[in-house]
Amino acid sequence: MSAEPILELRNVHSGYGTIKALKGVSLKVYPGEVVAIIGANGAGKSTTLMTICGIIAAEKGEVLYDGKKINKVSPEKLPIKGLCQVPEGRRIFPRLSVEENLILGAFHRKDQEGINKDIEYMYSLFPILGERCKQHGGTLSGGEQQMLAIARALMTQPKVLLLDEPSLGLAPIIIQQIFDIIKDINEKNGTTILLVEQNANLALQAATRGYVLETGEITLEDKADALLHNPEIRKAYLGE
Amino acid sequence: MEYFIQQLINGLTLGGVYALIALGYTMVYGVIQLINFAHGEFFAAGGYMGVIVLSYFAGLGYMETHPVFCLTASFALSMAFCAYLAIGVEKIAYKPLRKESRLAALLSALGMSIFLSNGLMLTQGVYDKAYPSELFQGGLSFGLVTVSYLQMLIVCLTGALLVGLNILVFKTKIGMAMRATAQDKTMSALVSISSNRIISLTFAIGAGLAAAAGIMVGLYYGSVRYDMGFVPGIKAFAAAVLGGIGNITGAMVGGLIIGMVEIFGAGYLSGEYKDVFAFIILIAVLYFKPTGIMGENIDDTRV
Repeated sequence: MSAEPILELRNVHSGYGTIKALKGVSLKVYPGEVVAIIGANGAGKSTTLMTICGIIAAEKGEVLYDGKKINKVSPEKLPIKGLCQVPEGRRIFPRLSVEENLILGAFHRKDQEGINKDIEYMYSLFPILGERCKQHGGTLSGGEQQMLAIARALMTQPKVLLLDEPSLGLAPIIIQQIFDIIKDINEKNGTTILLVEQNANLALQAATRGYVLETGEITLEDKADALLHNPEIRKAYLGE
Repeated sequence: MEYFIQQLINGLTLGGVYALIALGYTMVYGVIQLINFAHGEFFAAGGYMGVIVLSYFAGLGYMETHPVFCLTASFALSMAFCAYLAIGVEKIAYKPLRKESRLAALLSALGMSIFLSNGLMLTQGVYDKAYPSELFQGGLSFGLVTVSYLQMLIVCLTGALLVGLNILVFKTKIGMAMRATAQDKTMSALVSISSNRIISLTFAIGAGLAAAAGIMVGLYYGSVRYDMGFVPGIKAFAAAVLGGIGNITGAMVGGLIIGMVEIFGAGYLSGEYKDVFAFIILIAVLYFKPTGIMGENIDDTRV
């Protein structure tokens, strides 16, 4: 683990109008790690990711990426710097084709050859997307959409990939596939991953470290293994 | 029969103009769900800019020697002027209200419309301003049907603009980004598309097309007037609704239908009521099929 975190939140507060969703969240993600944030519905997991990406403004505290404060950076500049999110619900552009969705992932890139090569690479990674490349994104199944969402994010060439509930609404066999791919991305490309999941078991198995988020606050932080064997966590999040 | 064909050509000319204006309504609606009621004013401002440029060249005597250059310059300058005007209007009147209710922006649009129309009146006067008339005398006759050179120009130029727009929106990366922004602004930002820039671009394109239509109408009827944007603006709005608001192909089809109905209504029923037909269609569409011809069903042609 290198000394400097690539992504850090310092006492971040944010929310929606008068509703405070985050009440002082601090966390660190080091290069090459897979970090999981687990927590119940409404704990503020998605808000954390949206605040990192600048879609929701942090009212207090600091978000640091690569050692620089990014609170005031407009959200569309972040993918250019290598910070990219696969949001909750996947948010595929429903009336654009699969291929167009991928091309837009590379919207800021100018290397046409590299883009074409990456699209081919995505089709080799997810053959089903290649078969459906001319189809509208909205016509794909949930699992296919999740693959497309991840592929689209990879097209931005991320250094840090934020994943919001990649298992949501998917069949167990597809979930396993998706998590294998996430592990692959981390191991082969060295992409740092911050993962948000309600499925704590799954997330902690994939992660190196984990944070527990409860009603807008981090209540626990530990190695993923330790969290998996922590009796309180097992009781609260793993259904024992 | 000749009369019918003659009306068909007239309808095509007028319908093309409505289609050009309707596109601005529909594209802006597609991207920010706002009916830009100031859009008719871009059309009027375009007509004025055209007459200003053409009169200037006519004064220099260029109109006889370099007619193509004069026309090209007037279209280019007028379209560019209106594009920037629209970007400014959006920044001043709509952008600050983007997070407010839609009604706030709608009222702001109405205010902008009155402001721009009055601005035209104060700077250009209340009287009609005549277009230089040296250009486009005559036409081709096919038996009893006459197609003026001007009509040919309008139809060809309109066609070229519509084809160009289709290529831009459906074949280029920036067009892809426009469609993505219309579908999901948050996700667009997450793939580094700046919605502010796309919105500016949308206003600019819409206003540029309206400006071209303004010059065409000025050339066709021989003059412009400060309030000329109002009625065609609302008719083009009817066209956009008829085609399915937010749908680009729909706006083109809707414009042609409104133009045809107006010309045929005036030709076969009553010239006095020519302005009424567009509104009858508008009301009928809102009553029977509010989504318009192409709304919701064929949705891949949305912005």
